[in-house]
Amino acid sequence: MKTAQVIMDTGTHAAALAVKSARVDVIPGYPITPQTSIMEAIAAMVESGEMNARFIPMEGEHSVLAAAVAASAAGARVFTATSANGLLYMHEVLHMASGGRLPVVMCNVNRGIFAPWTLWADHQDSFSQRDTGWLQYHCSSNQEVFNTILQAFRVAEQINIPVMVNFDGFAISHCLMPLTLPPQEDIDRFLPSHEPEWRLDTAQPSSFSNVTMAAEYAPFRQMLSDDIMAAIPLVKQAAQEYKDITGMWDGDTIDTYRLEDAEVVAFAVNSMAAELRLSVDILREQGIKAGLLRPRLYLPFPAEDIINALPQNAQVMVLDRNYNFGHPGGILASELKNVLFGRRNDITVKNRVMGIGGIDLTRRFMAAEIRAMMDE
Amino acid sequence: MTTSIKKLPDTELVLSGNGACGGCPATMALRIVGKALGSNAIMLLTPSCSVASMGMTPKLGYNWPCINITFATAGSSASGITHALEIMKENGRLQGDLPTVFAWVGDGGTYDIGFQALSAAAERNDNMIFFCYNNEAYSNTGVQRSGATPRGSFTTTTPTGKRQPKKNMGLLMLEHKIPYVATATVAYPGDLYDKVVKAKNTPGMKYIEILAPCYLGWQFDMSDTVQMSRMAVRSGAWLLWEAENGSISFNNPSSHIISGKKVAEPVDEYLMKQGRFNRLLKGSDAQQRIAEIQGDIDHEIAFMRERKKITI
Ligand SMILES: Cc1ncc(C[n+]2csc(CCOP(=O)(O)OP(=O)(O)O)c2C)c(N)n1
Ligand code: SF4
Ligand SMILES: [Mg+2]
Repeated sequence: MKTAQVIMDTGTHAAALAVKSARVDVIPGYPITPQTSIMEAIAAMVESGEMNARFIPMEGEHSVLAAAVAASAAGARVFTATSANGLLYMHEVLHMASGGRLPVVMCNVNRGIFAPWTLWADHQDSFSQRDTGWLQYHCSSNQEVFNTILQAFRVAEQINIPVMVNFDGFAISHCLMPLTLPPQEDIDRFLPSHEPEWRLDTAQPSSFSNVTMAAEYAPFRQMLSDDIMAAIPLVKQAAQEYKDITGMWDGDTIDTYRLEDAEVVAFAVNSMAAELRLSVDILREQGIKAGLLRPRLYLPFPAEDIINALPQNAQVMVLDRNYNFGHPGGILASELKNVLFGRRNDITVKNRVMGIGGIDLTRRFMAAEIRAMMDE
Repeated sequence: MTTSIKKLPDTELVLSGNGACGGCPATMALRIVGKALGSNAIMLLTPSCSVASMGMTPKLGYNWPCINITFATAGSSASGITHALEIMKENGRLQGDLPTVFAWVGDGGTYDIGFQALSAAAERNDNMIFFCYNNEAYSNTGVQRSGATPRGSFTTTTPTGKRQPKKNMGLLMLEHKIPYVATATVAYPGDLYDKVVKAKNTPGMKYIEILAPCYLGWQFDMSDTVQMSRMAVRSGAWLLWEAENGSISFNNPSSHIISGKKVAEPVDEYLMKQGRFNRLLKGSDAQQRIAEIQGDIDHEIAFMRERKKITI
């Protein structure tokens, strides 16, 4: 039996290696910082023959996702990646992918959106695409990026819904961290080849997305909504089976740290949530019973898992790296209050927006913020 | 020799009973395209009359697998499909002959919103046939101007007649250095058929534009579609040509107009038959406006005659 290999790698390159391991067929791409190096690495692997796939150099992200959707409709396994304005430029086609039930997997390397122009991470880009019908994971380490792309393909192809795998620009995308690469035969066992139920097939001419009257349209949309909710057990199953095969675990719908007896719970996603583990340790040293709850899955929002995981009477400190325009504070806080209302009236939710446009979020800074929030 | 209409195959890929208007030029043209392509093909459409005509979910009036995609993305979506099929064929997951991938798109989806994606697909020389059926307006949304609307034409967004000439889209595609470009129209079905067969047998990017006189937008009697198409060619308002690997040849009868063997018929009669022009031509500046339209036609004839000479 082959053993896993451990290398030092960046987040973007880890993503490219996951795409190779997933035996993806078609990858349309377009450059945008901080995502670009994913596409560069894939283009190089395709060119050298290391990947048996097609890289299509497109002329813009709207076309990138259009090509991805169409390639998926033809029956291929398809991946692409983008960031910030590239993701926003895809907006129309994001809906096409989910409404069309095409299991494309895409990385979004989180970056603030302009104007004004910024290069660094916040989460306005992915969260603002909440209502496009894509599943969304948010990852907090290079290893989790690698693992999640494989899990994403599994889930996407089980329910025919596209999946977005998000992680922070620079803090994850450009930082070297140890990366464990499971043997290819293990990955093949976890992710069998893509056999779509439907594709554009000349032996069976069928139409895709022609004019649809309300009597058919409404059930299509209802099915999409239902199937998105039905993803939760599949996300858990994928995480569990991935663990059984590779031994690696990043959480399933949620990831927790020192949560069981916590009175103060930090609630955040992506790289800041990795840093928050250290903030939790600092707070514990100060005698505060702190813990962490990180929703790894943002869409569907894992309501039941959050409700079940939060300790009695906890104060939840939601640290949002985004704005919920038209409301005070951020989007995560609003999502959390939405699920707690009427279910967990013992919980207090407090919220701060921070880290916008890549402002550095250190463990000490966030520990101090949480302390200050306790007195509010 | 151009294939005679009597010799076209019996194959019908456009099934009877669909939602197009009577005398629809797009449907007529698609029928000929079907005879040339056969059933081993995958069709992409963008929102347009042809989508509105194809039947409602789950019915389908075109006997190919059909995908209606976002308006701006015919070129890029066709690229996605063609690459997907090729790689699946390469690694043995697709058996048999590779299907022809073709986009069937209106002038709005070609000249305007879809231009960027089409240009990039052409620059990559991806393997597809991109058809533009050109009815010189956004017909499906109720006849608004497009980049293909000729000068002088009334549309709902050019209520006093369009002030600018149309683009020469065929020429723009030729300048992308793709292996095959052709123009056609419904009055010359054999010419269209032959061009589609040629395109089908040419690898890489092919662009075929079909002038599609639409009674609704152009405002003529729906039984006159073919006659209008013929008048467009005889007046030189539409030129039939093809270019294989960059070298242009003109097809009969446009070839005679280009060579000077025949003079183009004056445009007046063609214009007067169409409500989209004739309301302007009743005004006091009628002579000037006809002269402008004639000037655009003469310019295109002269320009294309010279462009043909460039063979390097
Ligand atoms: C992004 C987007 N913008 C606008 C529309 C509305 N729309 C649907 S069909 C159409 C006109 C199509 O014109 P053309 O491509 O010339 O085809 P025709 O209707 O003339 O057959 C427009 C503007 C759309 N579907 N998508
Ligand atoms: S409006 Fe014109 S192009 Fe559209 S279906 Fe009717 S005849 Fe055909
Ligand atoms: Mg049109």
